[in-house]
Amino acid sequence: MAVAAVKEYNFPPADTVDKFHGAQLLYIGWEDHLMFCAPFAFPFPPTMRFGDILVGVLPGVYGYHPDFAQIDWAKAEWFKSGKPWQPDVEKSLAENGLKHKDVIRFRTPGLTGIKGSCS
Amino acid sequence: MDMQVAKKKLGLKERYAVMTRGLDWTPSYQKMEDIYPYMAYEGIKIHDWDKWEDPFRLTMDAYWKYQSEKERKLYSVLDAYIQSNGHLNVTDARYLNTVKLFVSGISPLEYVAHRGFAHAGRQFPGPGPRVACLMQSLDEIRHAQTQIHAVSNYNKYYNGMHDFHHAHDRVWFLSVPKSFFDDAITAGPFEFMVAIGFSFEYVLTNLLFVPFVSGAAYNGDMGTMTFGFSAQSDEARHMTLGLEVIKFILQQDPANVPIVQRWIDKWTWRGYRVLTLVAMMMDYMLPKRTMSWKEAWEVYFEQNGGALFKDLARYGITIPKCTEHIALEKDHLSHQAWGTFYNYAAATNFHTWMPDADEMEWLSAKYPESYDKYYRPRMEFWREEAAKGNRFYNKTLPMLCQTCQIPLVFTEPGDPTKICYREVDYKEDKYHFCSDHCKKIFEDEPEKYVQAWMPVHQIYQGNCFPEGTDPTVEGFDPLAAVMKYYHLEFGRDNLDFEGSEDQKNFAEWRGQATKNA
Repeated sequence: MAVAAVKEYNFPPADTVDKFHGAQLLYIGWEDHLMFCAPFAFPFPPTMRFGDILVGVLPGVYGYHPDFAQIDWAKAEWFKSGKPWQPDVEKSLAENGLKHKDVIRFRTPGLTGIKGSCS
Repeated sequence: MDMQVAKKKLGLKERYAVMTRGLDWTPSYQKMEDIYPYMAYEGIKIHDWDKWEDPFRLTMDAYWKYQSEKERKLYSVLDAYIQSNGHLNVTDARYLNTVKLFVSGISPLEYVAHRGFAHAGRQFPGPGPRVACLMQSLDEIRHAQTQIHAVSNYNKYYNGMHDFHHAHDRVWFLSVPKSFFDDAITAGPFEFMVAIGFSFEYVLTNLLFVPFVSGAAYNGDMGTMTFGFSAQSDEARHMTLGLEVIKFILQQDPANVPIVQRWIDKWTWRGYRVLTLVAMMMDYMLPKRTMSWKEAWEVYFEQNGGALFKDLARYGITIPKCTEHIALEKDHLSHQAWGTFYNYAAATNFHTWMPDADEMEWLSAKYPESYDKYYRPRMEFWREEAAKGNRFYNKTLPMLCQTCQIPLVFTEPGDPTKICYREVDYKEDKYHFCSDHCKKIFEDEPEKYVQAWMPVHQIYQGNCFPEGTDPTVEGFDPLAAVMKYYHLEFGRDNLDFEGSEDQKNFAEWRGQATKNA
């Protein structure tokens, strides 16, 4: 449905990829760990190696949580837009098929937050 | 001899007719659609503006008289409160954060409401609604002004309020109330009236003003309380107008019903999402609680609102579907919201804290289904870590909902362990939402919401640093630059209540007032 307007209504979207200085947005959420109140938004270059997120970014973001140190990344389950998905840590974001404003989540089996409360 | 006949005084009804409808005329050399250009495009059909029943018969001269009388009373109470250092009588200094939230989140909306009603009033061809909108427009600017005056006294002593309007236009969480009202005033006049006049003023206002004003009363804030009482008679008038507008539009043409239903569905949900701030205020920020958010929702919406929608059924209007979703969230909303502000306490204009053991007991008692199972564990963990000097500050920016602009903090309806994610592909881009309802609002008018000023994205685009900032220099601290852009001082306006300047000053000043040093 179109917006109701008195004349032609055509304005550019505010968050197209060209506005992020070479980066693209990637949203990342950690399932069962709601102590982090929401998924995160990151501006990453599409050439960034996926593995660099795991090694270089996530520890600074999630490291406060006692579960984080126990993550076995080989067992982590990944989802893209809610559907099962398998990233290749050696490949770049673009080569992994990640586009601007994609959302990915990971689940760490066996780790369910503070006292098992999904916190 | 001529008899002297006393000049007949006009009756109230005639006086009203002369001073309101009597001021209208039919144009002879301009077309109606040129004078009222926004009347048709929303699809609402009005056949006879004379069928408008004025819900209250107040003329402008009487309006000024009533309001100035109220104003005199309000300011004399405020003066007495200020002169007696009333601010030191609030329950405890944590309460002041409620005032900060109010003046930066709500008072600026009163001003926008003033503009919105002025605009709507200008556009309606009927003199009845035009005069009613004019009065409401004046009420709203008066509310903005009296709120600012009432709160300005606190600003002399406490932090975070000094540039509330600047903050309102910029700070990440204030984009939630701001974008709500911006959405309303950029709609047509009929949608604005349904959005604000009906959905907000009639359906939801009791969940906004009653909690703040009774919260003020329970916590010794006579300034805010007096303002609330002063606004009460205006609010009653606004509610009457909101209801009259809806009934009038619905009676004019059956084709209006589905349009109005869509607006009611949209604005009930939009308004409810803004009330997230009220929910956490009631359950976490008031040192002396009035009632829980859940109780307030049950009394003011489920009971009172339920009766209203039963009444509207005869016009073909049904209760918004989103209320089923809201019922599932009422055990969770305030806890998820307060957790969010606790996460991002480094980027706010007020302080947050963890509830103490007694307060956690209160939360368990009010939320037996949810608090101990889902929220107590994370809050106790946070409290223990803070006691060890390791207070949790989340410094990574969150993913936001494209419609309500709240971070994706809400869980799936019925499953409080899973964040609710929704997305839509529109043209070249993806858009994300916190719920089916926000997604539906976007899908109805994507052209509008793709333009949203999303704080997180704006920061990453480099638009939220003070002018002249170079984000490429080594050691650049984005949070510090964003706080400067907000006009907030790191370490003074933000962070935990424990150890804050407000806490220290209040204790010292109250000590001077109650003890012999």
